[in-house]
Amino acid sequence: MTTEEIIQSGKKVYERPRLLTENITHYCPGCGHGVVHKLVAEVIDELGIEDRTVGVAPVGCAVFAYNYIDVDWIEAAHGRAPAIATAVSRLYPNDVVFTYQGDGDLAAIGTAETIHAANRGENIVIIFINNAIYGMTGGQMAPTTLLGQKTATTPYGRQADLNGFPIKISDILAQLDGTCYVTRQAVFTTAATRKTKAALKKAFQNAMAHKGTSVVEVVSNCPSGWKLSPEKANEWLNEHMLEKYPLGDIKNV
Amino acid sequence: MEEVKLMKGNEAIAHAAIRAGIDGYFGYPITPQSEVLETLEAEMPWRTTGMVVLQAESEVAAINMVYGGAAAGKAVMTSSSSPGISLKQEGISYIAAAELPALIVNVMRGGPGLGTIQPSQADYFQATKGGGHGDYHLIVLSPASVQEMADFVVEGIDLSFKYRTPVMILADGVVGQMMEKVVLPPFRPRRTDEQVREQCPWAAMGKGDRKHRNIVTSLELDPAPMEVNNERLQATYKRIAENEARCKEFYTDDAEYLIVAFGSIARISLKAIEEMREMGIKVGLLRPVTLWPFPTKEIERLSKQVKGILTVELNAGQMIEDVKLAAECKIPVHHFGRMGGIVPNPGEITHAFLSAFPEAKQN
Amino acid sequence: MKEEIIIAGFGGQGVLSMGKILAYAGLMDNLEVTWMPAYGPEQRGGTANVTVILSDEPISSPVLDKYDTAVILNQQSLDKFESKVKPGGTLIYDPYSIHHAPERTDITVIPVEAMEATFELGNSKTYNMILLGALLKARNLLPDEAVIRGLKKTLPERHHHLIPLNQQAIDKGRDLVK
Repeated sequence: MTTEEIIQSGKKVYERPRLLTENITHYCPGCGHGVVHKLVAEVIDELGIEDRTVGVAPVGCAVFAYNYIDVDWIEAAHGRAPAIATAVSRLYPNDVVFTYQGDGDLAAIGTAETIHAANRGENIVIIFINNAIYGMTGGQMAPTTLLGQKTATTPYGRQADLNGFPIKISDILAQLDGTCYVTRQAVFTTAATRKTKAALKKAFQNAMAHKGTSVVEVVSNCPSGWKLSPEKANEWLNEHMLEKYPLGDIKNV
Repeated sequence: MEEVKLMKGNEAIAHAAIRAGIDGYFGYPITPQSEVLETLEAEMPWRTTGMVVLQAESEVAAINMVYGGAAAGKAVMTSSSSPGISLKQEGISYIAAAELPALIVNVMRGGPGLGTIQPSQADYFQATKGGGHGDYHLIVLSPASVQEMADFVVEGIDLSFKYRTPVMILADGVVGQMMEKVVLPPFRPRRTDEQVREQCPWAAMGKGDRKHRNIVTSLELDPAPMEVNNERLQATYKRIAENEARCKEFYTDDAEYLIVAFGSIARISLKAIEEMREMGIKVGLLRPVTLWPFPTKEIERLSKQVKGILTVELNAGQMIEDVKLAAECKIPVHHFGRMGGIVPNPGEITHAFLSAFPEAKQN
Repeated sequence: MKEEIIIAGFGGQGVLSMGKILAYAGLMDNLEVTWMPAYGPEQRGGTANVTVILSDEPISSPVLDKYDTAVILNQQSLDKFESKVKPGGTLIYDPYSIHHAPERTDITVIPVEAMEATFELGNSKTYNMILLGALLKARNLLPDEAVIRGLKKTLPERHHHLIPLNQQAIDKGRDLVK
């Protein structure tokens, strides 16, 4: 048997998602972004909305998200993705519009845009990657950095009296009448990843049904920023992050 | 017959936007331009033309909504006044860098800081020299009447699509708040999504039948292609500078002196000139209609004819720098300005002119 | 024809709306018009003034330092604008809120007891219309028909039943000018 024949005779159990481009990602080994990108690409394909989906990329590690998922994209200024998504969604009511944002983008510099887009109930999906650190700029404190967590700008660990508390922005967003679905998921295990995919699918379906704002927080890791191996990073996530950021639906209307 | 209406400059902006087929307006209230958003909300154009009108949570959000709408190929605009325009500068830089069409209206008030709500022209530098970060220009239109407030909405959005660059209407509180007769532009329909797809093949509006994805971004980490991007922008600005500089001249045929003023101040200066002409002083007026590109050639031409130039501005002397460059230091160029929201009257301008050029009276 | 008018008083006296009706009436009479308010918080109790220009030629400056006619509703405005009336011009004022009467002799000074007249009409909101009537008569400015059409343009539909009362007030103002 030739290699081709062996391949053809086998049962295909996994393939690269059609909408995930051939570009090699710039993400660090073990980073959760790649997994979430894959899930988003799969969900868009499965829902058959590739032709009418517009993504809005953030400033942060996912700034180049537009290189990896094969839909139309707009690259936002830092924190402003929900404002951009608002306009696209309102000008093209049949488009499915999503933002893909990190913790600094969404919960620090863009807090106003995030809260007000959600409060208006914009018909968009907000995908929020929370890894409790600023990865792109070199590991500084994020609004979601845990108390005691060491970063480049909290070299002795985050202290409440100096730096305030880690913000649970999804819990805040769940309080707003404009959100229809707010959930917190993770991608550090296969089981968690499957749940995240289901959550993403539900969020995109909400947008297709014009139900309002859906927020999918993904508690993720940052091996480089946390200065841990990918394996240790996931252990640290499990041990420390989930205590502050417990997984599960926060709101599901 | 065209219907003549009486309205404020700010109201004319709103009505013209609906008639021009603008797809979306995103704003935030600030005196002295809040009538733009108020008028649009009262007119409810989403029921007639389908135009989207939204009061954003901030000027920052509003300009980024404009960026989003423009990136998706739609004809979109915002308006604000000086402090709000400062907040929009980041977004304007992104819009310019991403080569997107958009219309931004600044009804200037006195600054710096929170300043005053009274009229000013102190944002000339900000509007014409960049404003936000990076090497870019806006096409800057300077209306002097309510009619031009309406007309420039149509011309501004068309210019922005022609060159794929943001256009600013740089008005002042006088033109925004005064009422005058206006003939509103005729209605033209908003483009359909299919027309947008055809006209803006670069737009991120969903792939549709397109094979490739569109990406609207201002990011290019590699310096070499980033320089190419900059060179492309500069080539556009060169074309604009060659083709779009506009001004209006009054009494310049026999002028021995020249006043250069823009916006409402050009009209107040014109009244002063009419009074001076009665005194036998041959003063002319050049009113730049575009502040960028600046009507350099016309001022250069007149600088060979007149003995001196007075610029009159509601600021400490900003446009005078461009006038001096145009006149190339051949003749004296003086400045008269009021600041902080004070609008000089014609008598003050006459007095300032005669103080600057006392010899003019003896001729 | 060109008439450069300043109307000045307290915010709330109907200064801006009087100017607006005048401007609309000018529009109805096919004149060029500008209406330039001193805008801002003055509208809420401080001094308020508006410059209205009516002309059969294009108007250059909407902002002036000399006026053909001033309509003055309080002392501060009189102090500010008496000297700004062109020689030979007209100054209309309501003596009700004035304690230092105008002193110029090179202009036509016309006192109009408008506040008193509102008591007669039994409606204080007709105050500015009485002064408008006085202005129209004193300066022979615009045909009645244009003013009524201007009123209709200015007043929201739901207030159109007040037009006869306003007409009455304008007539009253006319009568107060000899």
